[in-house]
Amino acid sequence: MPVAEIVKTLFILLVAVGALAPVITWIERKQSALMQDRIGANRADIAGITLLGLLHPLADVLKLLTKEDVVPDGANRVMHLIAPVIAAVPAIIAFGVIPFGGTYSFDDITVNLVVADPDWGMLYIFAIASIATYGTIIAGWSSNSNWSLLGGIRASAQMISYEVTMGLSLVGVFMVFQTLKLTDMAQAQDTTFRLFGFLDTLFGLPVPAFLDWLRLPAWGLFYQPLAFVMFLTAIMAENKRPPFDLPEGESEIVAGYHTEYSGMRFGLFFMSEFIQVVVIAALVATLFLGGWSIPYLSQETIIGGVGSVFGTGFATGLCVILHFVSFLVKVIIMIWVQMTLRWTLPRFRYDQVMDLCWKILLPLSIANIIVTGAVMLAIQGQP
Amino acid sequence: MIPIDHVILLSAVLFMIGVIGVATRRNLIVVLMSIELMLNGSNLAFVGFNRLHPERLDGQIFVLIVIAVAASEVAVGLGIVISMFRNRDSVNLEDVSLLKW
Amino acid sequence: MTTVQFLFYAFAALSVLFALGMVLNVRNTVAAALCLVVTMVSLAGIYVLLEAYFVAAVQIMVYAGAIVVLFLFVVMLLNLRHDDFSPSRQLLVKAGAAVLGVVALGQLLRLLRVSLPEAPAAAEGFGGYRMLGLTLYTDYVLLVEIASLLLLAAIVGALILAKRRVDR
Repeated sequence: MPVAEIVKTLFILLVAVGALAPVITWIERKQSALMQDRIGANRADIAGITLLGLLHPLADVLKLLTKEDVVPDGANRVMHLIAPVIAAVPAIIAFGVIPFGGTYSFDDITVNLVVADPDWGMLYIFAIASIATYGTIIAGWSSNSNWSLLGGIRASAQMISYEVTMGLSLVGVFMVFQTLKLTDMAQAQDTTFRLFGFLDTLFGLPVPAFLDWLRLPAWGLFYQPLAFVMFLTAIMAENKRPPFDLPEGESEIVAGYHTEYSGMRFGLFFMSEFIQVVVIAALVATLFLGGWSIPYLSQETIIGGVGSVFGTGFATGLCVILHFVSFLVKVIIMIWVQMTLRWTLPRFRYDQVMDLCWKILLPLSIANIIVTGAVMLAIQGQP
Repeated sequence: MIPIDHVILLSAVLFMIGVIGVATRRNLIVVLMSIELMLNGSNLAFVGFNRLHPERLDGQIFVLIVIAVAASEVAVGLGIVISMFRNRDSVNLEDVSLLKW
Repeated sequence: MTTVQFLFYAFAALSVLFALGMVLNVRNTVAAALCLVVTMVSLAGIYVLLEAYFVAAVQIMVYAGAIVVLFLFVVMLLNLRHDDFSPSRQLLVKAGAAVLGVVALGQLLRLLRVSLPEAPAAAEGFGGYRMLGLTLYTDYVLLVEIASLLLLAAIVGALILAKRRVDR
């Protein structure tokens, strides 16, 4: 395996897991503080420098590492031990197929800012989401405690219900982009399309000239707005993110399935939830917000424009940096959206959660598939 | 390349382990899981043989249908387990012997 | 031995080991279910090695990710902690099963002495979702419809069976 691949993998893991996940705990504290008109945590300091509370993630990690590791009395030790690992690993390895940048060709080497690019990229994400349910279930069962068992039962039912909706709501996106490869999907969103082009392709009417220049970036958000809302709902419920955090139930069933966990094992659950926030943000950014692409500047425009002045090598390098930064900006926007949703919406009741999945989201996602298929058939005109 | 006869051998071994599970265990849930193991063994045989004739996709399509059938069978089977548990407070197969002569 | 072959034997050993662990596990139903999960995931690995990518993904998503979760859900709901049961004539049945297993395996080994031909190189989209989707919805669309009816029957059946009866 060439060194470049290893370096790229490590870099992506370090950026995503190492850098973003602790920063998100800080974002969560500060954003909730801003929304609730208070200051938030700002006391952690090194020799008197507080850095606006950015040292709190470090303080958290140190605190969790030095706490006593408690295993409850009648619990199955092996399962109690492996449950946080099974919860944390799928969140981290989901970064394997998310493209942080496009495909750039320097003189003779082609660089592809993604760790692995199989033809069935999105199926890998679905499979990972299915495995992630086991961490919760085993944690709930193995703790030999009422609250954990309740949390585990609720969690497993919620997670397997929302997997179905998560998959079905994305079928519309797959139909539009004609691929399951995340890199191809991000690549296909690099262009723009005419906003009123549907008058021409669907109804055969000529588009008036004053509307013809209006172009939108070809993002999944504009092709499939309903799928965006449904997918965001479903994947937030899948990751037990508030307002769907009934399995954790912070004010009802003590702490749900991770009641009996302390120290770094709880830290693993805690971290895995925040890494999942980043995964959700990265996935939504790739599928619906255009991934690494900059809205009206496609890769060829940048390389052509800057390259004619400064040379193609420099232009491609600049493109790499610009695309990476654009992806990070979109990820941070989606993280902010999730934080806002967390701190504004009240928690759903269990039957409301199940109702939402089976009675509202499932028929809507199937309707989305039917409508998307009908529109695509009308546009292309042939089966 | 993978020798396909080893794949078929593995499928046979898994199927036999499932049969032993169904014949020996008396916990109804473990019996249902052994049935799933048998289905998995046969799925592996289908996929293995399909790899041998890659011009058709019949094996893999049949595997998808088998997985759908297994899902529905597990759903109904576990419904039966739940009603049995509600009536007798046990999932031991020897407790459902009312029709035994 | 190439990487692919080594991986195949590793996954095969893993699946057989955990299948035995599931069947012979006497004390803990949840541990048996988890052994089944490991078996299914290693089988999915073997499917990937056999170039059946979509089937592997469906195996993990549906089998390992939903069906075994359903088993665990029922175990947790009924709170089945204590497990297997007083040995009555267990030893005789177990001995009989072991003999049956060994005899059947011996027969199979004898039949498999004729080795199958080498697998030909597969086409580009073999096992991918495109070709599978096309075939499924053109040649085998009746199978898909019948499977959907079967799933509907299963949903209705499971709902009725597990519904808590209100005693009047």
